[in-house]
Amino acid sequence: MKITANLRELFKHRLLVRTLVGRELKARYRGTVLGFLWSFLNPFLLMVVYTVVFGFILKPRDPSIGNSPWAYALFLFAGILPWVWFSSSSIESSNVLMVNGNLIKKILFPAEILPVVTVTANFIHFLFGLPILLIFMFIFGKPPTLFALLLPVVIIVQFIFSLGFSLLLSALTVHFRDIKDILGNLLTFWFFATPIVYSFQSEPLQTNPVLQRILSFNPMTHIIEGYHYCLFYGQLFHWKRLGIALIVSLVLFLIGYAVFDRLRDSFPEEV
Amino acid sequence: MYAIELDHVSRIYQKYSSRHRFQTFKSAIVKGNLFGSLRPDELVSAVDDVSLQVENGQTFGLIGENGSGKSTILKMVAGIAKPSSGRISVKGKVSALIELGAGFHPEISGRENVYINGIMLGLTRNEIKQKFDEIVRFAELEEFIEAPVKTYSSGMYMRLGFSIAINVNPEVLLIDEVLAVGDAAFVPKCLDKIDDFRRRKKTILFVSHDLSTVAKICSKVAWLKNGKIRMIDEPKRVVDAYMQDVNEEQEAEFRERKEGVAVAVAAASAPAETPAIAPAEGPSEPEVPTPVPALESIPVDEGRRERRWGKREVEIRKVVLRNGRGEEKHVFHPGDGLTVEMEISAKEPVKNFVFGIGLFNSMGVLVYGTNTQLEEYESVGFSGDGRVACRIEKLNLINGTYYLDVAVHRRDGYPYDYHQNMYSFLVSSMIRDEGVARLPHAWEFSPGIEITLSAK
Repeated sequence: MKITANLRELFKHRLLVRTLVGRELKARYRGTVLGFLWSFLNPFLLMVVYTVVFGFILKPRDPSIGNSPWAYALFLFAGILPWVWFSSSSIESSNVLMVNGNLIKKILFPAEILPVVTVTANFIHFLFGLPILLIFMFIFGKPPTLFALLLPVVIIVQFIFSLGFSLLLSALTVHFRDIKDILGNLLTFWFFATPIVYSFQSEPLQTNPVLQRILSFNPMTHIIEGYHYCLFYGQLFHWKRLGIALIVSLVLFLIGYAVFDRLRDSFPEEV
Repeated sequence: MYAIELDHVSRIYQKYSSRHRFQTFKSAIVKGNLFGSLRPDELVSAVDDVSLQVENGQTFGLIGENGSGKSTILKMVAGIAKPSSGRISVKGKVSALIELGAGFHPEISGRENVYINGIMLGLTRNEIKQKFDEIVRFAELEEFIEAPVKTYSSGMYMRLGFSIAINVNPEVLLIDEVLAVGDAAFVPKCLDKIDDFRRRKKTILFVSHDLSTVAKICSKVAWLKNGKIRMIDEPKRVVDAYMQDVNEEQEAEFRERKEGVAVAVAAASAPAETPAIAPAEGPSEPEVPTPVPALESIPVDEGRRERRWGKREVEIRKVVLRNGRGEEKHVFHPGDGLTVEMEISAKEPVKNFVFGIGLFNSMGVLVYGTNTQLEEYESVGFSGDGRVACRIEKLNLINGTYYLDVAVHRRDGYPYDYHQNMYSFLVSSMIRDEGVARLPHAWEFSPGIEITLSAK
């Protein structure tokens, strides 16, 4: 099958992927005073903003989260970290083929490396954020349980989902540049359609089956819920829901790769 | 055994237009036809049914004008572009010098970029480690290799790119005009390296506008025109045929331009205008040069200005340039003859007149100037219409554009009709000799000196 040949080709270029991810990470904060610290600082500052606004000003009292603003901060952070990974990967991927146009035009290598590198580089930034979260969990007296060890399962699902989405985006944006602008708005909407600032277990959602049904169609709901269960609640995630999210992710990946493959030959001219 | 084989290869490009884009986007939405087929009038074939074979170890040149499809062929051989139809087979590892340093990231150091670029070109980390010093030494960047690439000059950037690409050690090397950007010291180094490849029997596909280099290093050359192969043969023949074709086109272009000048001359003939552009001191100086002038140089913009002055008691009506065979031409070979033919007419009989010509190169240097007075002709009388021709047996000039002054004036320098820079012609030669003129010469060597004329 075509996709297995493509994946094999991609695997052959793993050294290049690794090198390009390294280049991405190195170049990202090159020239800044704090350098690599930004990988930790960015998510930390984001958490501070959300904690102040949502924890201290809006003061949501949701029994499923707990009434302390600090607990809410942890809840937020557990959702925002993976979301930032997903949204940054998507935004960067929508542009990645154009930004690296000279590579596609002048050097022979499988173009899908570029979105793969984007998703991977953002994944590594996500990994840098995790220790911050864990440290704060200890500080706020809510240390992680053993279920945190299941995190890799959730991460794999999200990785496949992000990759599929990024492949689709990067290929289509080459032809329809409008996607870049559409995407920005879509992601804002998507962010609030995912239980990140609120809990899927919150009362208004639990008593409104229509709203709940709608949110369930969003694969990111179950992925982010997975993070919440592993880290915040310290319980086993809904493996059925996550399993469906995995299947959806795989389908998206296959579709994304197929579209990418179909448009591949047009890239050198269009980017 | 062929290293590169193209079998009836065509490459069709879609003509870019925003209207078309909009239509595909619309049709994508309306008809759900995302990858709709293209209408034939929007297609351009960059490469049209090209078949060629490059043998193992051969250095194969591709020449042709801009847009003739050379680079597209190179990209297809490199695998970057796909042929629309036909088949391409390439045996062995390919390295393409198409754009040097294409993958460099400006923010990170030269060292890291060497690794990244090398891996992109298909080297392993260990191979790069082994070759690293050699790459840096060849690029002459020992001192700067730790600095971010954005601080490099474009020459340093290019040297590093070339150095990496050439060290990939491919079996097939594709070179696209990359040598054009190097400085005087680096280009010979690159050519040496390419020579080295030839000696090691690697296959090279070479695209260049530098015909003398093509003729020198290639063993076979293809000439492309409008995406089609016009000729594949030994370099000398193809280059000659190509030059011939280019000359013919330049000829046509000159003819067009001359028609433009003729209109301008007609416009300038309005007599009311003449006093304004007839400075009394103007004519005699440039037109009566001493036979050995100290390469009198006119500032370029000054020198190229087209001017005409004189009261036209004797008028130069038309100037025609002919080659040795009497054909009207604007592009000449150095060995050609040149005849400057002037049609003149006098309103009233005149007794005192001198005809002169002056040839200037594009730097404004007077290459040669003479007149009938200097050559001791005595004017006796002339009236009505006539024709004057100055026949130069052999042009003996180097490559370049030349401008022609013609004049008819009185012995004391008073101008009847003076045309400055109104005519130009081109000398086109494969030999890149330098100077003002090509002095007729021959080389001789004593028997001990082993030296041969290049077979091509």
